Order: sequence, then structure tokens, then C-alpha cells
Amino acid sequence: MKRNVSALVLGLFACMSSAEPYTPANDGEVLERITVPGPERRELRSLREEVRLHPERRELAINLARRYIQQGRKDADPRYYGYAEAVLGPWLANEDEEALILRAAIRQNRHDFARALADLDTVRRQNPRLGQAWLYRAAILEVQGDYSGAIQACLAFARLTASSAGTVCLESALSLAGQAQSAYQKLSGMAAMADLDPEQLGWTRVILGEMAERLNLAEEAEAWYRQALKAGPRNIYLLSTYADFLLDRNRPAEVVDLLEDETRADPLLLRLSLAEKRLNHPRYLGHFEALKARFAASRARGDTSHQGDEARFALCLEGNPQQALKLALVNWSVQREPRDARILLEAAKASGLSDAAQPVLEFLSRTRLEDARLSKLVSNQGGQSS
Amino acid sequence: MKTWIFLYLLCWSALAFAHKPSDSYLSLQVEEDRATGHWDIALRDLDYALGLDANDDGAITWGEVRSREAEIASYALARLALQAGRGACQLTALGLRVDEHTDGHYAVLDFAAECPQTIASLGIGYRLFFDLDPQHRGLLRLAGKGGTQTAVLGPEEGLRQFELAQATNGMAAFKDFVREGVWHIWMGYDHILFLLSLLLPAVLSRQQGRWIQAASFRLAFWDVVKVVTAFTLAHSVSLSLATLGYVNLPSRWVESAIAASVVAAAINNILPLFHRRRPHLAFGFGLVHGLGFASVLSDLALPEGDRLLGLLGFNLGVELGQLAIVGVFLPMAYGLSRHRFYEPAVLKAGSLAIALLASGWLLERALDWNLMAMALP
Repeated sequence: MKRNVSALVLGLFACMSSAEPYTPANDGEVLERITVPGPERRELRSLREEVRLHPERRELAINLARRYIQQGRKDADPRYYGYAEAVLGPWLANEDEEALILRAAIRQNRHDFARALADLDTVRRQNPRLGQAWLYRAAILEVQGDYSGAIQACLAFARLTASSAGTVCLESALSLAGQAQSAYQKLSGMAAMADLDPEQLGWTRVILGEMAERLNLAEEAEAWYRQALKAGPRNIYLLSTYADFLLDRNRPAEVVDLLEDETRADPLLLRLSLAEKRLNHPRYLGHFEALKARFAASRARGDTSHQGDEARFALCLEGNPQQALKLALVNWSVQREPRDARILLEAAKASGLSDAAQPVLEFLSRTRLEDARLSKLVSNQGGQSS
Repeated sequence: MKTWIFLYLLCWSALAFAHKPSDSYLSLQVEEDRATGHWDIALRDLDYALGLDANDDGAITWGEVRSREAEIASYALARLALQAGRGACQLTALGLRVDEHTDGHYAVLDFAAECPQTIASLGIGYRLFFDLDPQHRGLLRLAGKGGTQTAVLGPEEGLRQFELAQATNGMAAFKDFVREGVWHIWMGYDHILFLLSLLLPAVLSRQQGRWIQAASFRLAFWDVVKVVTAFTLAHSVSLSLATLGYVNLPSRWVESAIAASVVAAAINNILPLFHRRRPHLAFGFGLVHGLGFASVLSDLALPEGDRLLGLLGFNLGVELGQLAIVGVFLPMAYGLSRHRFYEPAVLKAGSLAIALLASGWLLERALDWNLMAMALP
């Protein structure tokens, strides 16, 4: 493993210096554009200055950290999560609740689930009535495939808040834990969720879209996704999920339209490349090489949060099912969303090692997860879901 | 050529740069007591730390970067500590360039480090940006004589040590080979017996077909010098030629010839045919002995970059070992030669014994038999 990382770092150095260091010809040459628009930039700068001038004022730091996380989510820019973590530093040492919750969100984003849960546990010990801690816990447990744990956490959250967010949390978890039909009916029947803010509404619509997809209700799923796109802020999760939906229905041209300008975030570049490959698009090769370099860069710094995507890259774009299976297995040990199960099943099938899919099959039978896309793959295994 | 351009252009396709966590690329080349390198630091990160966009138009230009060169250099180098042994290395900025990575443009800081001693183990203390972004990492590439190492430098590590094979390689390897040379000649009974056979009569001289004591120690000494020098010259030459690949003879032949040489030298003491020509005998057979040494040396892996050094060391070891033996032998033999029994007891009987032993070896090696329990080189 160490040798591979070595090779990667060296390769990275080599490939990246296929563009050699140079001295620009003239002073006016623009080297780097700051992608955050002017007003936001200035706002962040002034907030930062205030924190610097008044380090003892907690609410300034917390507020700035929140803004950084927001910005990070919006742009899918990991650096902002780093800035947030630095700003929270002194308050984390004091085990400040809000700081810990924000750090849990940061860690979750990095897929450092164990440490994120640890932060949330610390908060819950100090203050069991802090709803947000329960909500985040539910979200993480859901990603890890611990649906009963997620349901417990959602119930605790729902007890602490009158908001519809509690219902969304609960039904989402139930939908994965064998009650897909009833959960979908209940949640989609909730006419107005007026008490949810736009971000939460968007999140709810994506969840509904996913539920519908799992129940093989394609038209309804599409309706939810489109609504989310129209109304809410565009976020990575929504775009990835809708792109996967379109790819499954063999509509790559629409994926290209959707993601053409969204090449910064790795998951989006992946889906764009998948679509471009099917269309024999001229930009495909460049995107392929860029993706490869990005995965290599992640691996070189020891970052393991993209292995699901990397497995898909290996399988569908590089045509290397063995490597895909390896990555999918490692990914499965960290997270167990339906998409993680799916890539593992596909990789196992493609490399002809159906035994490798065993952990997923056990998981599916234990949790009674219903997912039309997975059932198709499982039935091709010869009905082994004992 | 075409594929190169193609690939090069691909790297530059109209593609927005990725967003990724913050990394810097630190590349170091170590030679003796100094290191040179370049440090690629993202302009984004420098902007966050120092504020490079002077006119706040959302674009960082080369002019803006260049005007802050000194500050960038001092900021970065203040957060990098290099250490050789116990002493800190002095870092000096040499210049600023620019390069592109997957997530945008980086400032390339060229620098040099002067260290108080030869760098056998380099300590690196890296703390760039950790106060601003604990997820920042330094990706290190460290090249020295022993090869290239890589590492990821994070906030937990403090001062990290990197062993560089190079400084220890030369001296230690040389000493090892000297030792091997000494060992081989001491363990090489056939070589020793050959030499001794030639030297036993050194403390005597021949007159009118009879052995008499040498006239003086000085004469005996010079005789020894002539024989040993001839032997040394010959085996040094053939050892070198064989090790460097110019000569390659089958080892069974070489081993048999060595055994034969011992027989010849021993017999020569009983039926003196070549008394005055012993140095020539030493030289002639010395060539064959050298080939024997070479086969031993070939079993010891010579260091890739320093083959000559290893060869020199081994040869030196052989000479030193030889000198030690001769140094012990000569006074002893001279003392004994003052007595009358020397000629019959030591010279004749001893040589006969050697001749018999060596004949046994000759048969063994030439015919591939195993006559004796003693396994000899």
C-alpha cells in the first residue's frame, strides 16, 4: 500500500510537471480566479477580520464557521471545511456544543463517520435535548446502513421538534428499512411542509425522488427531482442523484446538459464523463484524464472519501473490474448506502467473483432494503438473497 | 511526439480546475551537506493567508504575486524547519515561479538549504497552513543518493526524520569490503599456503646447490618484499579485471590452477628449480589467485554506484590480511632459520606436507571429488 502511495505521489509529481514551472511573461497575466463572487468574498473577509480582532467572542467564530461550511457545501469545496475547522479550534477544545456539532458536520463531509459520531455523542451526553445532534446522528447512521439506529435517532429528534423535519427523517429511514411503500405514501402525502426552509425542502424532495426510484416509480421520481432543481439551491447531492437517474434511463444527453459547467466537483465530473462516454463526446478524453489525476491526488494525500466514485470510475470508464471490486469492498466497509451496494454488486458481477458480493446480499436480507435497482442485480446473481 | 502533444493538450483542456483539499508539493534534492528544492504552494492558499488580490477584483495576477515575493518566501520558509543531525539548516529563497496542478495555479518557491553537517538523516518540521486549515497536507518528495522517498506531512507529526542512505553508504560499504578482503585471505588456506611456500626459503639462500642461512635479516626481508609485491601486483590486476568483467574463466579451472600453484611452490622448495625466480612464480600464479578472489567478491554484492570503491576496499583488505600474516611469519621464520633443523624440518618436511595437501585439493577440484572432510574455498 505504501509503495502504491509512493508511486502515486511520484507519478503526481511527474504528471503535474508535464506542465513545468515557469515564469509568466507579463504582470497582467491572470493566474488564479477566486470563484466566490465579490460581495460574499468581502463578507467572509470582514467576518474573519472580526473574529481575529475579538477572539473571545464565541458567536462570531461559530457564525463564521457556519458561513464557511455553507460556502463549502455550495461550491463542493473542501478547503472551506478546513477553514471552518480552524476557526472552531479554540472552542472545540472547550467542548462547546455548537462547535462540536459543526465539526461533526465537517467530519461527516469527509466521510470520517466514526469521529463525527464521537463528536455527536459528546454533545448528547452534555445536552440530550439538542435536536440537531440527533438529526445528524440519524443521517450518519443511515449512510452507514444502521437503519434501526437511524430510526431511534429520528424518533428522538422528532420528540424534540415540532418541525416536519422529524417526519422526513423518520420516513426516510423507514423507507430503507423495509417499509418503502408506506413511507413513500406517508411522506408524499404531506401536502404543505411550510415550516421547512428552502434548503430543507430541497433535501426532502431529493429524498422523495430517491424513494420513488427505489419503488420503480420513474415518472414520480423525475417529478420530484425536477421540482428540487427548479426551486431549490443546486447542490451536489441533488445533481448526482438526478444524473444517476438519467443515466439509468439511458438519457446521457440530458446529463451533459445538466452537468456541463459543473466540472469542479469530482462526483459531478464522474457522471458527466459517464454520459460523455456513451455519446462519444469530444470532451470525454480530457475529462477522463482529469478524473484520473484527481483520484490520484486524493489517494496521494491519503484521502479515502471518494472510493465509491473511484470504483465506478474503474469499472465503467477504465474497464478494470478487479480494481473496481477492490475499491468497492473498501468503500463498503465505510459506508452502506444503496449506491455503495450497487457498485459492489456490479463490480463483483463484472469480475466474475459472485462470492465477493456476499456481504451485500447478507446486508440486504438483514435490513430488508427494497430497491428496484438492486433487486435487478441480485436476481441476476441467481436469487442468492437468502 | 504526436501523442506527447496530444496528452499535453489534454492536460490543458478547457476544464475548470477541481476543488480539492489543500495540498502543497515539497520537492527536495539532497547532496552532502546541502539541499535544493522547490515548494509548490497554491495561490488560493497564499491568498487566504496573506491576501494577494491587491485590487480585490477576484483575479490574482502575476504582478500581484511578484510584488509579494519576499513576503511569500519568508512566510513559507518560516514554517519549514530542516535539520541535519542536531543542527538546523539555513534556508534561503532563490526565486519564485508558477506552475499548474489539478486545482489551479501554484506559486513555486525555489530555495536552498545549507546544513551544518553531511545529511545522513534529514529532520523535517512542516507546519504550513495548519493554523488556517488543519486539513492541509504537505506532499513531500525527497531525493538523495540512496533513492527517492515520499511522505504526507500532516499536523500531528512534528519533526519527522528521513534516513538518507547516501552518507553512510560510501564509508561503511568500503569498510565492509576491506573486512571481507582480510577475512578471505585468512580463511583462504590455499592462498596462504602458496605464499608461505614461496616465503619459507626466503630466510635462507642457495649457494652451490645447498641451503644456507641468509646472510642478514635485511636480505631476507627484501626477498620477502619482492615475492609479496609480485604476488600482490598480480592478484590485484587479475581481481580487478575479473570483477570489472574483462576476464571470465570457469571457476573449476581457476580453483584447480590455484591448487596446482600451491603444489608447484611447495615442490619448488624440495626440488629447487626456481629459487631466484620466485618473484616471477609469485606473479604468474598470483594472476590465478586473483581470479579466485574475484569469484568470492562476486558473491558479495558490490554497491551499484560504488563498484570501484568496493573493489578497492576488498583488494586493500586482502593486502592488509596478507601483510599481517607475513609480518608474523617473517620474524618467526628468521629466528627459526638460525637453527640447523630449519632446512630439513621446516623447509623440506613442511613443504612436503603442503605439497601433499595441495595435491589432494587439486584432485578434488579438478575431478570434483570430496577427498577430505575439510571444505575449503
